[in-house]
Amino acid sequence: MRSIIPIGPFHPLQDEPENFLLTVEGETVVDIDVNIGYIHKGIELLAQQKTYDQTVFLVERICGICSITHTVCFCNAVEDLLKVEIPERAKYIRTILGEIERIHSHLLWMGLAGHFIGYNTVFMWTWKYREPILDMMEYLTGNRQSCGMLKVGGVRRNLEDSRFPALLKTLSEMEPKIKMLAEAVQDDPVLKARLEGVGVLTKKDAIDYCVVGPTARASGVDIDVRRDDPYAAYPYLDWNVIVLNGGDVYSKFLVRVLEVLEAIKILRQAVKQIPKGDFLLEIKEIPPGEGIGRYEAPRGEDIHYVRSNGTNFPERLKVRAPSFINIPSFTASCIGQQIADVTITLAAVDPCYSCTERMISARDLSGNKKYSQKDLLEISHQKTLEISRNLARPADLPKLKKYL
Amino acid sequence: MPNLSTRWLKKSPWVYHVGTGGCNNCDIEILDCLTPRFDVERFGIKLVVSPRHADVLLVSGPVAYHIKPRLQEVYKQVPKPCVVACIGACACSMGIFKDAYSVAGPVDKVIKEIDPNAIFVYVPGCPPKPETMIMALVKALQKI
Repeated sequence: MRSIIPIGPFHPLQDEPENFLLTVEGETVVDIDVNIGYIHKGIELLAQQKTYDQTVFLVERICGICSITHTVCFCNAVEDLLKVEIPERAKYIRTILGEIERIHSHLLWMGLAGHFIGYNTVFMWTWKYREPILDMMEYLTGNRQSCGMLKVGGVRRNLEDSRFPALLKTLSEMEPKIKMLAEAVQDDPVLKARLEGVGVLTKKDAIDYCVVGPTARASGVDIDVRRDDPYAAYPYLDWNVIVLNGGDVYSKFLVRVLEVLEAIKILRQAVKQIPKGDFLLEIKEIPPGEGIGRYEAPRGEDIHYVRSNGTNFPERLKVRAPSFINIPSFTASCIGQQIADVTITLAAVDPCYSCTERMISARDLSGNKKYSQKDLLEISHQKTLEISRNLARPADLPKLKKYL
Repeated sequence: MPNLSTRWLKKSPWVYHVGTGGCNNCDIEILDCLTPRFDVERFGIKLVVSPRHADVLLVSGPVAYHIKPRLQEVYKQVPKPCVVACIGACACSMGIFKDAYSVAGPVDKVIKEIDPNAIFVYVPGCPPKPETMIMALVKALQKI
């Protein structure tokens, strides 16, 4: 017998509102439906009403966890449009901030993963280890998250060289704890039994669904924008792309732990090599044209597209967040699982719904008819006509007659 | 004789978290309050899984149109008297999303539509630090 289990929109396991409909036969999941769109705010349209400088702050608020991701990606896109090379120091500062963000984001996910399988010790541990890195973010930039450091053409504020020793000290204190965590994941019988072989996304499925980031790298797909299409200071640094072949949640967990260790390695080199000098290229005007920015976010590849018409405001901003690509892979990884394993499988791609909510679908009140763009345009035209009919002065009515 | 329900509310407030369209920043900082650095559970502040058990509603983010009826539904389920804490600049005044087309309004406006006498606490900041949230809750409970 089939039954449908709804999860959400408000569910104790979820921070954000989203809705899953699981069709189950006994305890086995046979179908899954994901409904999102609850928190669509219309950021892309809002960006068209803001100047390039203001848009940087707006895209920072697409997602709080990937605040550096979206700002760097937007700046990359505008710099691609301008065809300019930013100062070396700015590149290194972007790398440092990005890697700090990667560490805190991965630790956050590991904690939540522990929470999802009911192993709260892992949750408390990793979140405790995450605090020093947030303190460092505050010490370097002034805020724990959403630091407002980026600007088109470089960075808004400089990082003081005198503050780097404290960062290195925090990293060396953190490294043994992360290594301990990596060993614990590999040795702990509970974690292993609970994560191994769960939610397997095969390499073929990973390629078919075009998944990105740690989700793809855990399935044996060797992609990383930092290496394939380098930006910021990554070409000058020595680091490895972590690729595992398991495809299950255990591999995704391990990829993230090992990536934190790589991030520590990158940070150490960046702090050592960072050159002195200018950190902001002054940009006078933005010519008409279009640009694309790519960035390897903690969750995968992020793409921003910007089109300019020569004015102060972007004519179009398109955001494609990594979760948008990763979420459809639930169909491949969840079907056939036990219902108790679905929660951790859903969480394993680290879905971020505030990144994903870029569009909304409109239905009529009965919920049956879905409006297409043509219908919506027609409704919009009708409303404009109605308003102009009401607002028009009686003297103007004869003139407007042919329109109304 | 003091109202029994408000006396209990003061002793160990249980909180329920509702994300209504924020950017995750405030939500993470709320979770951060529960983890070892800040650990508000030692004061009896506990995150509960159902609004029917809650004394305080933590709302983060501007209220998007699709989530508005759901937020009102959640508010109806919370036993009264309760405190609604608007966490972050977006929840207090919509912040950067003021002109967005798909946002219904700040939290207080949406909840006052169904209960004009609701009690609000405003915690500004983007995101507010965990210390700020704890202080806001302490101040709110003193006023009740």
